[in-house]
Amino acid sequence: MNPIIQIKSLSKSYKSGLHALKDINLEIMRGEIFALLGPNGAGKTTLISTICGIVNKTSGAVLVDGHDNVTDFRATRKMIGLVPQELHLSIFESVWDTVTFSRKLFGRGDSPQHVEKILKQLSLWDKKDDKIMTLSGGMKRRVLIAKALAHEPQILFLDEPTAGVDVELRKDMWNVVRELRSTGVTIILTTHYIEEAEEMADRVGVINKGQMILVEDKNALMKKMGQKKLTLVLDKPLAAVPKKLSKFNLSLSKDGNELSYAFDAREGRPDISGLLKEIDTAKISYSDLHTEQNSLEDIFMGLVKQ
Amino acid sequence: MNWRAIVAIFTYEMKRFFRTLFQSLISPVISTVLYFIVFGAAIGGRISEIEGVSYGAFIVPGLIMLSILTQSISNASFGIYFPRFSGTIYEYLSAPISAFEMVLGFVGAAAAKSILIGLVILATSAFFVPVTVAHPFWAALFLLLTALTFSLFGFIIGLWADGFEKLQIIPLLIITPLTFLGGSFYSISVLPEFWQKVSLFNPVVYLISGFRWSFYEVADVSLAVSLGMTALFLVICLAIVSWIFRTGYRLKS
Repeated sequence: MNPIIQIKSLSKSYKSGLHALKDINLEIMRGEIFALLGPNGAGKTTLISTICGIVNKTSGAVLVDGHDNVTDFRATRKMIGLVPQELHLSIFESVWDTVTFSRKLFGRGDSPQHVEKILKQLSLWDKKDDKIMTLSGGMKRRVLIAKALAHEPQILFLDEPTAGVDVELRKDMWNVVRELRSTGVTIILTTHYIEEAEEMADRVGVINKGQMILVEDKNALMKKMGQKKLTLVLDKPLAAVPKKLSKFNLSLSKDGNELSYAFDAREGRPDISGLLKEIDTAKISYSDLHTEQNSLEDIFMGLVKQ
Repeated sequence: MNWRAIVAIFTYEMKRFFRTLFQSLISPVISTVLYFIVFGAAIGGRISEIEGVSYGAFIVPGLIMLSILTQSISNASFGIYFPRFSGTIYEYLSAPISAFEMVLGFVGAAAAKSILIGLVILATSAFFVPVTVAHPFWAALFLLLTALTFSLFGFIIGLWADGFEKLQIIPLLIITPLTFLGGSFYSISVLPEFWQKVSLFNPVVYLISGFRWSFYEVADVSLAVSLGMTALFLVICLAIVSWIFRTGYRLKS
């Protein structure tokens, strides 16, 4: 896959002295879903806004499909759709009018068929004549997505797309994003919900204090960095971990009913069969066993705390 | 040029005007009627003619300019301030449109609205006094240049303001006094010599004088000076707007 966005040594400083972006280097691959994670104030929205042309960069370059986003802004902006974090909408307009307006603003001719398609895709068709002020928060969020898609962009930025959205609607949004990706749209989303990135992203970037501290394939990241834990539910509680098993990194639950073996998937193959043999030899019986893997959230928290 | 975007912004702004057409037009019409009652009947009764023109007819160009100035500023400042206030400005800034195209859409619409109102006032005036336009071309040119210049000025105010009260402060404290003191209701030649000279520092004098000349061939300053000064204000406003977009002042962080 070739990159559709190349960010080279991008920095942004404000007059207040805040260094919002520090020497960011990043490539977004064509057709992928890239999740940008980071705590509040990490620089996620500043990064997106700089790429889209809303914020002026201090130094560095942003290339979109080979075009510089400042000197060749028409070419880059035509390719990008942006869904902002806040519900910025003209409340007196109808859904149809506001989406059509967005299409024209991006230089595209009338296409009622395309507007109809996206309104149907986003379950907004029956609201097309409604004034935006009459819509719920979730519906307004969909209108923002419809506006961003009105000019048929190849890249879609979703800034906290499911912030303040209920669980059902969030899952609907995920389906919409997946559908879009299947049509070849590259999607970059920022999110606070690690579950969202874990559910949808192909790659994950973690930004903290204006620095990109990690960019990694999501599955590889979880495999590489994930701590695993094997837990045995014992038939009879133990008072302490038997000495024979001390070579394994075992821990016993407070009530003595669960024995856990923590291991790092990065450190080669764990000796699980050896552990189970030793447990048998020690005549410890168990009724159940299960494994747990660290979530992206655990990994993320670990990274930003560093 | 992204003509579709320009037309979209223009149409969107005009739609806002037509959505409140009654309020947009009734207010200037009522004001004009009141001006005719107060100035035309009350004062006009005591002033028979100014330079061969009846007082009622004499104030018509000034009344039109008064509305053009205030409406241009108010339409353009609100037009750009509201997207900033509501946050929808993000869409304009991320769209493939240049600063010039954006200005063309917003300022074009604000100027078109105020010209429409100006024409309504002209039509209303015709019910009260005999109005003649000796030089329609020059009248149209002054109307257009003034509407554009003050719409640009309004656009600057709309970008500068960080609250609704600031939108009102310059029109109220500067523009309205300048308009009233700029010869809307009198010829500056009736003032004492000192105040005539002071009046020449008021840019509105040149707009009203040129516009009045195109009606009755009566002017406080020559046509060339009026036209030159009007063009100069336009260029100054264009330069400020161009600087705003180059630096991103109040638009981009």
